[in-house]
Amino acid sequence: MVSMTVTLNNKSGLHARPASLFTKEAAKYQAAVKVIKDGQEYNAKSILSVLSMGAAQGTELTITAEGEDEEQALKALKELFDQNFGE
Amino acid sequence: MKGIGVSSGIAIGYVLKKEETVQKIERKTIEHSGAEMKRLNEARQTSTAQLDQIIQKMQQENRDEEAQIFEAHKMLVGDDIFFGEVEQMILKEKVNAEWALQVITDAYIKQFASFEDEYLRERQADLVDIRNRITKILLGIEEKEPDAVSDEMVIVAKDLAPSDFAKMDLSKIIGFVTEKGSKTSHVSIMARSYGVPAVVGVEAIFTKVKNGDAIIIDGEAGTVLLNPTAAELDTYQRKQQKLQEFNTRLQALKDRETCSLDGKKFTIAANISGPQDVDAVLANGGEGIGLYRTEFLFLDRDSFPSEEEQFTVYKSVVEKMKGKPVVFRTLDVGGDKELPYLDIPPEDNPFLGFRAIRICLANQELFRTQLRALLRASKYGNLKIMFPMISSLEELRAAKAQLKAVSAELEKENIDFAEDIEVGMMVEVPAAAMIAEIFAKEVDFFSIGTNDLIQYTTAVDRGNQRIAHLYTEYHPALFRLIQRIVDAAHQEDIWVGICGEAAANPRLAPIYAAMGVDELSVDSKSILKIRWMLNNSSCLEMEKVIAQIMEMPTAEEIEAYLHKLNERIELG
Repeated sequence: MVSMTVTLNNKSGLHARPASLFTKEAAKYQAAVKVIKDGQEYNAKSILSVLSMGAAQGTELTITAEGEDEEQALKALKELFDQNFGE
Repeated sequence: MKGIGVSSGIAIGYVLKKEETVQKIERKTIEHSGAEMKRLNEARQTSTAQLDQIIQKMQQENRDEEAQIFEAHKMLVGDDIFFGEVEQMILKEKVNAEWALQVITDAYIKQFASFEDEYLRERQADLVDIRNRITKILLGIEEKEPDAVSDEMVIVAKDLAPSDFAKMDLSKIIGFVTEKGSKTSHVSIMARSYGVPAVVGVEAIFTKVKNGDAIIIDGEAGTVLLNPTAAELDTYQRKQQKLQEFNTRLQALKDRETCSLDGKKFTIAANISGPQDVDAVLANGGEGIGLYRTEFLFLDRDSFPSEEEQFTVYKSVVEKMKGKPVVFRTLDVGGDKELPYLDIPPEDNPFLGFRAIRICLANQELFRTQLRALLRASKYGNLKIMFPMISSLEELRAAKAQLKAVSAELEKENIDFAEDIEVGMMVEVPAAAMIAEIFAKEVDFFSIGTNDLIQYTTAVDRGNQRIAHLYTEYHPALFRLIQRIVDAAHQEDIWVGICGEAAANPRLAPIYAAMGVDELSVDSKSILKIRWMLNNSSCLEMEKVIAQIMEMPTAEEIEAYLHKLNERIELG
């Protein structure tokens, strides 16, 4: 299993558009991808689960991936965060 | 057809019926879970197809923003993990799909409702929407698309709740007609604040109309015309144009002060229900906010807003008003405004029951949380605090004691707040009006809430249609009470405003002004009209009118007299 910690820098937090980008990206991989916020685990492949985190700007999130393509999955997701979801 | 005109203006458009969508879902035991899951999956597919159609239609019409909302709905319907939870429940508990869907979505809705972030919080409406869509498919109820008729729709409904308004796309809605309701019910207040004509209390209209019927409504006269003739159409189009011309004249008064012909100055402030209304206040030249109904922040949700959330909202309002005064009325629920999460058992007489300040004084934590948020917001603008429904001095003192305790608490915590915050009270209970001179010694201002004052003085439930004709602001008792309150206030050198519906009545505003009322607080759309009325009347002349009114024994005579008197200056 691999994991990383990221901070949400985009202005609106994980709102509809960024959340859907995030979910769609996570769904591309075989690996199970989880997001941990305040000790609670959310499924990165479920839009509802991601939205229900209520993650606003500045929130720190831990993302874990487990499975054959776990490295690629994390790399791709990190890029989304680095680019602030294209905002 | 005839009803009560509650929000003026003329709307000429097409009927869109708002069906009552509330359905009671029953829990059923299902033997073949497999078949039930198949049923759920088929419903998901059908709803995706429906959404695709909506999206396509919206894109063709270049309504991209709305299309995006439905794109998001489509994603939610496509969320396998969420529906996996629903399937698990069907499987484990052997229940019907509708029930499982309801239970699982409710859990998410609760979570969304608790978010401080307004945008995320509002996503619960999307969840409810897709849940309803799928439930309707499961139950075989035909889904009518909301945009079926035209871009100029008049909503016809049995009744409309405030939350119904929140979900409507007002850009295409030009009027409202309901079977229930009165001048002061929420439908009416909302329609006026959005500046859309509305007629309520139109008996049995819902069954008489079809979607797409041509309709004309006159929100002033309370007239509703179905499938009008060419001549009727012509008459109303002309009337509509005349109204528009008058409005252009009013716009010129936007940045002007309010001053009578004989040089007396007044403040025209606005009533608001939340930050979303502030732009309209400023756009219409409001000189302040005379009534901020804070309870709207508490309605239509599952739990109390936190201190932080309240603080953020209150701060945003005073900041936007840039130093202009904002009178915050503390939580006024009970009566016709229920809070589902504040578990109050049904009462025989809710308007005479556990409501407003009575609830706050009995729920210290709730009250103190709001007072803390208000105090903290006070240093970002000109904030005043007002207590509703005060009927005895003990209540006022108890409320002020809470405010004092909270101030001490904040001082101890080194949290900054404004000094000398004005504290006032609503005068809306006849008992308070009768001892106004006693109250005036212990508050900084009065605000007369005419809606409740009329209701309590005349013992008329304002929501009861059978006695609606008895509810009148022209009752001789009202003029006497108001004069009494104003005199008591001025004796102690405090200011007095009127924030009830009557303040926006162009026939009454000049009378109240001449009685000595310092501020009239009205819905934003009425600001300019009331300013125009006051600018064109003379207090000296109105004082003579008041003397006449005080001699008249019935509401009917007073109303007819004022009607005649104002014909010459009222818009024509």
